[in-house]
Amino acid sequence: MAETIDDTPCAALFIGGSAGSLDVLLEIFPALRNDIPFPIVLVVHRKASNESLLTDLLKSRTKLAVSEANEKEFLSPGKVFIAPADYHMLIEQDQSISLDYSEKVNYSRPSIDVTFQSAAEVFKEKLVCILLSGSNADGVEGLKSVNNFKGRVVIQNPYTAIMPYMPQQAVLNVEPHVVLDSHDMADYINNLND
Amino acid sequence: MISDAINNEQVEILLNDVLETHGYDFLAYSHASIKRRIIRLYGLDNFVSFAEFRYTVKTDKQYFKRFLEEITVNVTEMFRDPSFYKSLRNDVLPVLGTYPFIRIWVAGCSTGEEAYSLAIVLKELNLLNKSLIYATDINPSVLEKAKRGMFPLNYLKQYSENYLQSGGVKDFSTYYTANYSLAKFDESLNSKMIFSTHNLVSDHSFNEFQLILCRNVLIYFDKELQHKVFNLFDGSIEKLGYLALGSKESLEFWPKAKEYKRVKMEKIWRKL
Repeated sequence: MAETIDDTPCAALFIGGSAGSLDVLLEIFPALRNDIPFPIVLVVHRKASNESLLTDLLKSRTKLAVSEANEKEFLSPGKVFIAPADYHMLIEQDQSISLDYSEKVNYSRPSIDVTFQSAAEVFKEKLVCILLSGSNADGVEGLKSVNNFKGRVVIQNPYTAIMPYMPQQAVLNVEPHVVLDSHDMADYINNLND
Repeated sequence: MISDAINNEQVEILLNDVLETHGYDFLAYSHASIKRRIIRLYGLDNFVSFAEFRYTVKTDKQYFKRFLEEITVNVTEMFRDPSFYKSLRNDVLPVLGTYPFIRIWVAGCSTGEEAYSLAIVLKELNLLNKSLIYATDINPSVLEKAKRGMFPLNYLKQYSENYLQSGGVKDFSTYYTANYSLAKFDESLNSKMIFSTHNLVSDHSFNEFQLILCRNVLIYFDKELQHKVFNLFDGSIEKLGYLALGSKESLEFWPKAKEYKRVKMEKIWRKL
């Protein structure tokens, strides 16, 4: 696809996933380079009670600093921020994090739509958003915003997703920049700014 | 939801109107969050232009009530974060029980679920009769709901699970009577509550407390306003009193944080 867009540096990478996305994340993270020049933000649906499980799992698989996002914290390059369970996470213009305990969206809190939409406005064409496996349609509206603001939309190939519904809905409703198999994602991310 | 129906400048214009016309100051609220609430309401109520929305918010008093209720987040739960309530039950309230009289402020109480949870724990510790819970919120209509003490019955299964996880040992259903789709909580609980409007942005301290509970309110404020509210709380907490915040909130960056000591792993601090 359009080479010119690929030349735009990535200022932030956001990844959203639901059921079946943990496997993909556990495949991606060990293969990421240690000097990722942008922040990585994860929004993953999960039970409120399993609060630190995801953080701990990812920490053990990467040299990047992984932490659950704190409110008012600034996104910074080379770090991984995980949206806390049971809060929506929004990004402010100054690239700090706001948390929000408002109504669930798509039966989800955190909702991928909420985070992607606010990130789209902040990072515009320098945003890359990846949507992974899942069994509801959260993330689709968010990806539409990313497209509107000229960011890059990346969708997991539904055929390689444990739960294909979410990436399928995305492919049907949003023009993706690229559709990737799960085992190609780490490479894609590692080469984003080269 | 069309996420770009209203732009940043329009949010600013609207919030300035609200301050000038109605006296509510939302300018120091976290921008991304309040903007999302505004766009959500705009979509829910089918406005077709920003001008129409602005005019209605400015001139229609009845509509402004709705605006106030929808723009603030009123999602809450009984015994939210059970481990927090466990710590209140085991570490905090027994200490306050040694006082002749306990004054508690639930700031930003919304529809009252936290205040009723607290009253239940106080009751089980035999402290409710010497306690007074001041439950305040910016929003008069949620306080009306809080006073009634009736919560949707379909949430009670979750609340009852939370209650048990927080160390509650009774049958939770003894605290309410089911009435159609609502659970009406025992009047002995709210007999010790005083409900009043209070705006953390603009109102002052009104008493001294041994415990202030303000959970998932400060996340909606910018840093400067958070510090202003911490100062307000500091001026309203007795020496050795407690301040309890939401699970993702922290005193950490507030200059006077050194004068407070964290209670175990929970978001509870004791004034030294």
